[in-house]
Amino acid sequence: MKTAISRTLLIGLLVTATACARNDEELPPPPPPQDPVQQSQTQTPTPTPNVRDTVIPGSMADFMRQAGADRVFFALDSSTLDAEARDTLRRQAAWLDQYENVRITVEGHADERGTREYNLALGERRANAAATYLQQQGVDSDRITTISYGKERPAVEGSSESAWAQNRRAVTVLSGAAAS
Amino acid sequence: MFLQPLTLSLSKGPSLVQGLLLLIAALFLALPAAAQNLSVDINQGISRPLPIAVPDFTTPGTVDTAAGTTTTLGEQVADVITNDLASSGLFRPIDQLAFTTSVSMPDVTAPRYTNWRTIGAQALVTGFVEARGDGTITVGCYLYDVFSQQALVRQGFNTTPRAWRRAAHKCADAVYSRLTGETGYFDSRIVYVSETGPATDRIKRLAIMDQDGANHRFLTNGQNLVLTPRFAPNQETLTYLSYAQNRPRIYIYDVETGSQRLVGDFPNMSFAPRFSPNGRTLVFSQARAGNTDIYTVDVNSGSVRRLTNTPGIDTAPSFSPDGRRITFESDRGGSQQIYVMNADGSGQRRISFGDGARYGTPVWSPRGDLIAFTRMGGGKFRIGVMRPDGTGERLLTDSWQDEGPTWSPNGRVIMFFRSERGGGAQLHSIDLTGVNERRIDTPLQGSDPAWSPLRP
Repeated sequence: MKTAISRTLLIGLLVTATACARNDEELPPPPPPQDPVQQSQTQTPTPTPNVRDTVIPGSMADFMRQAGADRVFFALDSSTLDAEARDTLRRQAAWLDQYENVRITVEGHADERGTREYNLALGERRANAAATYLQQQGVDSDRITTISYGKERPAVEGSSESAWAQNRRAVTVLSGAAAS
Repeated sequence: MFLQPLTLSLSKGPSLVQGLLLLIAALFLALPAAAQNLSVDINQGISRPLPIAVPDFTTPGTVDTAAGTTTTLGEQVADVITNDLASSGLFRPIDQLAFTTSVSMPDVTAPRYTNWRTIGAQALVTGFVEARGDGTITVGCYLYDVFSQQALVRQGFNTTPRAWRRAAHKCADAVYSRLTGETGYFDSRIVYVSETGPATDRIKRLAIMDQDGANHRFLTNGQNLVLTPRFAPNQETLTYLSYAQNRPRIYIYDVETGSQRLVGDFPNMSFAPRFSPNGRTLVFSQARAGNTDIYTVDVNSGSVRRLTNTPGIDTAPSFSPDGRRITFESDRGGSQQIYVMNADGSGQRRISFGDGARYGTPVWSPRGDLIAFTRMGGGKFRIGVMRPDGTGERLLTDSWQDEGPTWSPNGRVIMFFRSERGGGAQLHSIDLTGVNERRIDTPLQGSDPAWSPLRP
């Protein structure tokens, strides 16, 4: 009884396999040979996640991955870097240490709830706070430019506390990074 | 003696279109001393504006000019004067449909007072537009006290036909001045920042227009972010902040020619520029390493002088009209507040102390007696005024975000911009007494207005 069933199953599996093979024959031809990079990847014995990733080293995407963010945020009317901001900037500095050809512009921004001129100065103060911290982490000052946009270029629209929190920021913009 | 002496404006190039306003004093006899019975008290926040009739200006002969016939111009001149006077909130122009008589040339100098009295007019403005042989026009402007039957203004302006609006504004200024005892402000212009597009990618352009919104034109194309335009005392030159080449710096711009130049070449952001009363100096801010201070720069020589040297943000400087003092804002005391100092930077002193509120954008009145500001407190940004010693604080507006006051040339009206929650900004004006709040229409949205001095 048992063996009969097994045999029937085995036959069934064989039939299925044959059917699959036939189906394969009806599909388009297989893709052309893989390019050398992919081949070398497949030959690597134990691939790490980075190898499979499409992020190009030295690119903006790579910067974002390693630093976690291109921006840090500030409290109302403040240019003080909190622990999270310092951590982000440390990771930015570590990345910049690997890619010394990359220059950066640190853009300082304010939310809409301040007067025009004051916010220009406040944005400069924030950009300077972030830039100074990056220098302290070893980024050469010659590689850093700062600019303030005051309240002129919010990241998000709206007049809510959450919008204002996202707009009080210093953003590190790369130039000379590898194309993504 | 009460007539405002008008100076001769023989400006360069495009002035044939823009300027050339001549007072033809010789044509008009001197008038008797001011009548005491007809006047407008501008200090009380008028609740009952003065009824005034402004019939169409007539003409001694209909002649084609470069800006239409003299008859058409006469109607348009009356419209502009009517609009000017109404916008001040001090006058109530009577609807022309109520008029019981038209005005012909003889009526200009000998009004039929009874006809004006019956419709309730207390003051009457008459005038004419006459074409002259040289292609210019003369606009005659007369003001009468309807009850005492006295002439209060007789004035004439010679101009190119295309500049007819300026002659109308001059006439309205003469009426305003004669009845209020203060100089007028109608023959003036506004420069501001025209805004369009989403907040995250706003397009901003410098734009200029007459005080009443006419002759609007854009001065920059929107390619670069521009901010805080301010007039020079000559009304033909501006200073402003541009992000050209991604470097926020101060420029000087000539309105007539469109030419401009960079002021100085500072390594850091230079911003918040304003002219000194003699036009030879700019006072401005420079940010360096997180610290913003106030400087002056000589417009011609470029020599720079540092006025403040304290940790913190010192910005938004504005000269007193005598050039001896400067008001500015600083957060050196822990929060943004208004200060006053001597023009050489000495004697710096805080003048704003509102409970828990922040104060910014101080602007000295052209009369010297007040400083206008933005007060931030209680979840609102409001426009107010205080004396230069900090006393007499008075708030004029009450909205979510009013900011950036600028004074009319006579110091009676304040223009500012109002931002709406969620985005968008518009120009508004309000009388110094806190009444007559008006929205100033612009083709797009607007911010950072600056009022010119009275034009010559």
